[in-house]
Amino acid sequence: MNNTILSIKDIKKKYFTKSGEITAIDNISLDINEGEFIAIVGPSGCGKSTLLSILSGLIDKSSGEIIYPNQKKKKLGYMLQQDCLFPWLNILDNCLIGLKIEKNLTKEKKERVIKLLELYGLKDFIYKYPKSLSGGMRQRVALIRTLATEPDILLLDEAFSALDYQSRLAVSDDVYKIIKKEKKTAIMITHDIAEAISMANRIVVLSGRPCKVKKIFDVNLTNASTPIENRKCKEFPIYYDQIWKEIDYRG
Amino acid sequence: MDSLDYKKYKKKLLINKILVIFTQITLLILLLIIWQLLANFELINTFISSSPKKVIETIISLHEQQNLYHHIWITVYETVISFGIGTILGTFIAILLWWNNFLYKVFDPYLTIINSLPKVALGPIIIIWAGANINSIIIMALLISVIVTIITVYNGFVSTDQNKINLLKSFKATKFQILRYVILPSSYSTIISSLKINISMSLIGVIMGEFLVSKEGIGYLIMYGSQVFNLNLVIAGIIILMVVSYLMYLIVVYIEKKLIKEN
Repeated sequence: MNNTILSIKDIKKKYFTKSGEITAIDNISLDINEGEFIAIVGPSGCGKSTLLSILSGLIDKSSGEIIYPNQKKKKLGYMLQQDCLFPWLNILDNCLIGLKIEKNLTKEKKERVIKLLELYGLKDFIYKYPKSLSGGMRQRVALIRTLATEPDILLLDEAFSALDYQSRLAVSDDVYKIIKKEKKTAIMITHDIAEAISMANRIVVLSGRPCKVKKIFDVNLTNASTPIENRKCKEFPIYYDQIWKEIDYRG
Repeated sequence: MDSLDYKKYKKKLLINKILVIFTQITLLILLLIIWQLLANFELINTFISSSPKKVIETIISLHEQQNLYHHIWITVYETVISFGIGTILGTFIAILLWWNNFLYKVFDPYLTIINSLPKVALGPIIIIWAGANINSIIIMALLISVIVTIITVYNGFVSTDQNKINLLKSFKATKFQILRYVILPSSYSTIISSLKINISMSLIGVIMGEFLVSKEGIGYLIMYGSQVFNLNLVIAGIIILMVVSYLMYLIVVYIEKKLIKEN
C-alpha cells in the first residue's frame, strides 16, 4: 500500500489585500499514500481549507510543488461542506453534472452512477429533486456526484459540518464505508477531533496562522472497524487528548 | 375525513374571503353611485369631472366607431415589443457585465446615473433623433425597462451561491459552462420575476411616449381628450388603460407561475 499517490512539497500561500500581505500557509510538505485516509485538523482560520483549495486547483499556490508520482492517478474529487445540489436538477442529473462538464458522459458511466445510487440507498430518489431528501441523503448524493467522475483522490472539506450531530455520525459512517469500498484515497479537513480519529489512519495537526505541519499522528486502533465503532476503541480517548493538546485553540 | 374543527376553520377562511370581495365590490359601486348622484344633482361640474354615465357612453361610442380596439391594440403592441426587447437585451447585457468584471466596474456608475434619471426628460431628444413616430415610443419604453432588467438580472447573477460555482470549478468547468449550468439556472426565478416589473415599466414608457408624440394608442386618447377639454374621453381612456394594464399583468403572472412550476 505504501506507494505515494500525492506529494506536497513546500507549499506556501500568501494573500495580498489592500492592508498588506498575509501568509496563510508556510511551508507545508506531506506525502500521501494510495488508499490512505488522511485527516487534517487545526485551529479555525488556520488555512486548512486554503490548503485543500490549492490542491483542488481552485486557488493558486504562491510557491512549492504538488507532485503526482503516478501520472495516471492524479484525478481529484472535491466534496464541500454544503452539498451544493442543484435544486433544478433531479438526483441523477445532479450526480452527472461533473461528467457533463468534462464532456465525458457515456452510457456506461451513467449506468455506473445509477448503480452507485442504488447501492447506497438512493434507489427511490433517482428521479426526485433534492428538496425531498434529508441532509444526510443529500450528502451521500454529493459523494456519489464526486465519485461519478472516478477521481483517484477525494478531498473532503468539512464535508459533514453542516449536518446535525446525529446525521453527522451516520453520514460519516456511510461515507467512510463508501470510500473504503471504492478504494479511494481521501484527504479530509475537519475541526472535529473525534471525527478525525474515527475515520483517518493518519492525522495531520496544523498550527495556527501561518499554518505549518505541527505534528502527524498515526492512528492505530485495536479492532478498528467503522467510524462509529471506532469511537469505542480504548485508544480513542488517548488520541483525543493528545491531539487536543497539540491544537492550540487560542492561536 | 376532516374533523369538525378543521371544517370550521375552512369555513371561517371562506367567509373571510367572501367578505373581502364583497366589500371591495360594494366600495366600487358606492363610489360610482355617489359620483353619478353628485353629477345628477349638479353638485359637481360634469364638464370637468365627467360622470360614470358619460364615461360609459364615451366607451360605447368609441366601440361603435371601431377605433377603440385599434387604440388598445397599438398600446399593447408597443408595450409587448418594448417588453420583449427590454427583457432579452437587458438579460444579454447583464450576462456581458457578469462575464467581464472590468466592464461592470466601468459601467456601474453610468448605469446608476441613467437609472436615476427620469427617462421622460430624454423624450425631446428621442423624438428629434428617432422621429415623431412609433419608434420613439418603443425607444422610450425600452430605455425604462432595459436598465431595470440589467440591474435586477445582474444582481441575481452575482448572488449565485459561490460554493456551487466552486463545485463546478473543481470539475474544471469553463466560464461558459459555469454560466450555463449554474448562473443562468439559479437566476432563472430572478429573471422571471423581473418580467413582472418589466411589463409595468414598459407600459409606463409607452404611455409617456404616446403623450409626447403619437397619433394613436390609449395614451393618445387621454392626451387628445385633455387637449380638446373632453374629460369624458380622458377618464374613459384612464379606465380602459387600467383594465388593459391589469390584464397584461395577469398574463405575465400566469406565465411566471407556469415557468416556475415547470422548473
